[in-house]
Amino acid sequence: MPQIKPVDVVIAGGGFVGLTLAKEITARTSLSVLVVERGQPRKLADYAAGMDELDYALRFRMMQNLSEETATHRHSAKAAAVPIRQYGSFNPGTGVGGAGEHWGGISYRFYPEAFRLASFLREKHGGTLPENLAVQDWGLSYEEIEPYYWRAEQMIGVGGRAGNLGGKAVDGGNVFEGPRSHEYPIPPHKQTYATTLFEKAARGLGYHPYPVPTATLSRTYTNPDGVTRTGCAYCGYCTRYGCMIGAKAQPTNLLMPLLAKRKNFELRTGCSVRRVVHQDGKATGLTYRDETGAEVFQPAQIVIVASWTLNNSRLLMLSRVGQPYDAATGKGTLGKNLTHQVSQATRVFLDKPLNAFMGAGGLGIGISDFDGKEGVDRFAGVLRGGNIRLMSTGEGPVGGFGAIPPGEVQSEWGSDWKKAALAWHDRVASISSEAEHLAYRQNYLDLDPTYKDQYGDALMRLTLDWTAHERAQGAMLGQIQGQIGKAMGGRVGPPNSRLLERYTVTQYQSTHVNGGAIMGTAPESSVVNPWLQHWQMANLWVVGGSAFPQNGSGNPTLTILALTLRAADGLIDRYLKKPGELA
Amino acid sequence: MKRREFLTLPGSSLGGVLLYTLAGEPVRMQAQTGEIKVPLRFFTSAEARVVQAACDRIFPSDASGPGATEAGVVIYIDRQLAGPYGRDKYRYTKPPFVESVPEHGYQGKAAPREIYREGIQKLGDFASLAPAARDEKLRGIETSTFFRLLRQHTIEGMFSDPLHGGNAGMIGWQLIGYPGPRMSYREEIDKAPGQAYRQKPASLAQIVGHPVTGWEDEKG
Ligand SMILES: Cc1cc2nc3c(=O)[nH]c(=O)nc-3n(C[C@H](O)[C@H](O)[C@H](O)COP(=O)(O)OP(=O)(O)OC[C@H]3O[C@@H](n4cnc5c(N)ncnc54)[C@H](O)[C@@H]3O)c2cc1C
Repeated sequence: MPQIKPVDVVIAGGGFVGLTLAKEITARTSLSVLVVERGQPRKLADYAAGMDELDYALRFRMMQNLSEETATHRHSAKAAAVPIRQYGSFNPGTGVGGAGEHWGGISYRFYPEAFRLASFLREKHGGTLPENLAVQDWGLSYEEIEPYYWRAEQMIGVGGRAGNLGGKAVDGGNVFEGPRSHEYPIPPHKQTYATTLFEKAARGLGYHPYPVPTATLSRTYTNPDGVTRTGCAYCGYCTRYGCMIGAKAQPTNLLMPLLAKRKNFELRTGCSVRRVVHQDGKATGLTYRDETGAEVFQPAQIVIVASWTLNNSRLLMLSRVGQPYDAATGKGTLGKNLTHQVSQATRVFLDKPLNAFMGAGGLGIGISDFDGKEGVDRFAGVLRGGNIRLMSTGEGPVGGFGAIPPGEVQSEWGSDWKKAALAWHDRVASISSEAEHLAYRQNYLDLDPTYKDQYGDALMRLTLDWTAHERAQGAMLGQIQGQIGKAMGGRVGPPNSRLLERYTVTQYQSTHVNGGAIMGTAPESSVVNPWLQHWQMANLWVVGGSAFPQNGSGNPTLTILALTLRAADGLIDRYLKKPGELA
Repeated sequence: MKRREFLTLPGSSLGGVLLYTLAGEPVRMQAQTGEIKVPLRFFTSAEARVVQAACDRIFPSDASGPGATEAGVVIYIDRQLAGPYGRDKYRYTKPPFVESVPEHGYQGKAAPREIYREGIQKLGDFASLAPAARDEKLRGIETSTFFRLLRQHTIEGMFSDPLHGGNAGMIGWQLIGYPGPRMSYREEIDKAPGQAYRQKPASLAQIVGHPVTGWEDEKG
């Protein structure tokens, strides 16, 4: 195997996390940093020609090519897993920038008590918690992560309105959020007809609507790194697309312009990392398959795995780093606490056109009156809630076609259907929710014994299903969604209750899949310490949503980036000064 | 060498400019005359006629406006099936193929183009049937994988960018008032709430000022 010049730091994965780490390390040290990315480079100039719903939103042109690599799923350890053959309940990214190029930009913070959820629930409910609940504390408090939230918000340029400034509730923001040290870096987006209707209705019902926080820039903004981006044009080609004007925070326009100028930075594309190489409890580098098909060993002093949730765990498993989790005995840590997010949605049929093709991935109004610990006690069996929001993300003409109030026509094709679909076109909004997904002993990751990737390596296997708790969350959120939809003056469809009956691979929910290589207070119960440094290998860092012990209710990337910036501080300010275990 | 197959269409059937009367009824203005011979990439002429007849029942041309035939949906589907999507270039197709629960979706081995070939064959003399008989036949296969694809592709061919071969003359976009991909709604987004913003549609190629290659036309 050809061996090449050693580097100081090698990073597996050139997505949001990997490139953020590279930016920090190359700016603050003289270490040589190499990012190894399996996909291809991208540039903003390509994105205008990508305003095509068919190729990008329906055929997933920017996403991981599933013919090469996918994951498998089963509902329980007793069932047989089958591959996720086509997209999909989530959409993993590939190429420079990863899913960070085609995300929606929605940038929530998690609630303070979410970081100590196990303690919080035990204090509140004592012994009455559901069996098999596996929630854990993060080993990091909200107060400790707050400065990193603020840094991440400035880096990507989050627009919003604070609802809690230093402990004081501020009307117009999310009054239930944790205390912020600062107002958002920039104001929220303009609003649309649909989101304005939602806001009025929610306020009228006594709830506390706020503009959804987003990194799709409401106006021109220069971040502390000196990167200037222009404000959003509301073209609607946002989620699942690259932003052609760079208003959306994307690694290609946020991080690459800085990295391209750094002499101690190198990016190798078209190179798939296959193993973390280690010897005597120390990582020595990694191997990857390059574009010509050659297997390469890249030696490094420090190895960072930043290849998104599922591949983070998978690389560790394939490399035999750490002890795989055994669901039967509860022993082992690697692969445990797999979570997704609990989705619920209700359609509202309105009497006026919405121009729903206008919008931005993060344009919307939300309420959090039934989110986190708020408002849930009135609902039997609900421990944690979720946000409720109406988003104008930019509806495509294909995806937006055919929403008809239930019962109005018999068939899903033919003249009557067509007439009804045309009559209702552009008058249908969706009120949707994402609720905290708790961790359970029976939801976990391991290597699939049957199905392989393009190189013959085992695929990641998801053992994952909903429980009574998620169905209770869905019922609660569906009820409030319906209430607000009616108050908007619309006809309200039934909530999508089937989605939470059983975990459904065929319906997109979100790409907010987390856990597997979780952070925590002790090596017996977690894979990485609160600096995201591997408990057993001090020069190995595993960074991303893989570290979440369970999922929060908001979109995860802001929390992922806050953890990433904190990991960078741990590595640069502490580890480099005194190599060894930090915690 | 494979004989080239064509779909022959009356020029007047394809695309056109939609105008709305005061009552909101769509009226079609036609300019083209004569015949258009569309070279097929995947279907045989006979297959194309069956698919066209089926799409026309799914999204008919009727009082509520033009349908799949005017939009050239069959041309769209032909190109999709000939391209990487039709060959399953982006689907995980390693064995074993195991039937599973509905939540896991289609687990079969057959690629979309194989599903079509088989589905079309089962429709037999479909193209020569009267509309009511065609509908009855389609009702009979409503839950099949083939029909689900056909329905989905019909909607795609109606409303996706004309660069993919359907939505001829942007007739689908005219039908729903979609203006096409626009660079900016900065001024319009919060103006005139509750009022339709309806512009003459522009295609992606018109917006960016050069032809755009669809994924179906990529080499390899
Ligand atoms: C459609 C969509 C919408 C989203 N919207 C939002 C939103 O509004 N708000 C929000 O908070 N989050 C959103 N997300 C999620 C967000 O994109 C992710 O949380 C974020 O990108 C995670 O960063 P990451 O670096 O961990 O992963 P990524 O950004 O995906 O980067 C991982 C990188 O690793 C590379 N890689 C993987 N395996 C290997 C290997 N073996 N060798 C080499 N390279 C490898 C991949 O190619 C990829 O480039 C969305 C995601 C999608 C898909």
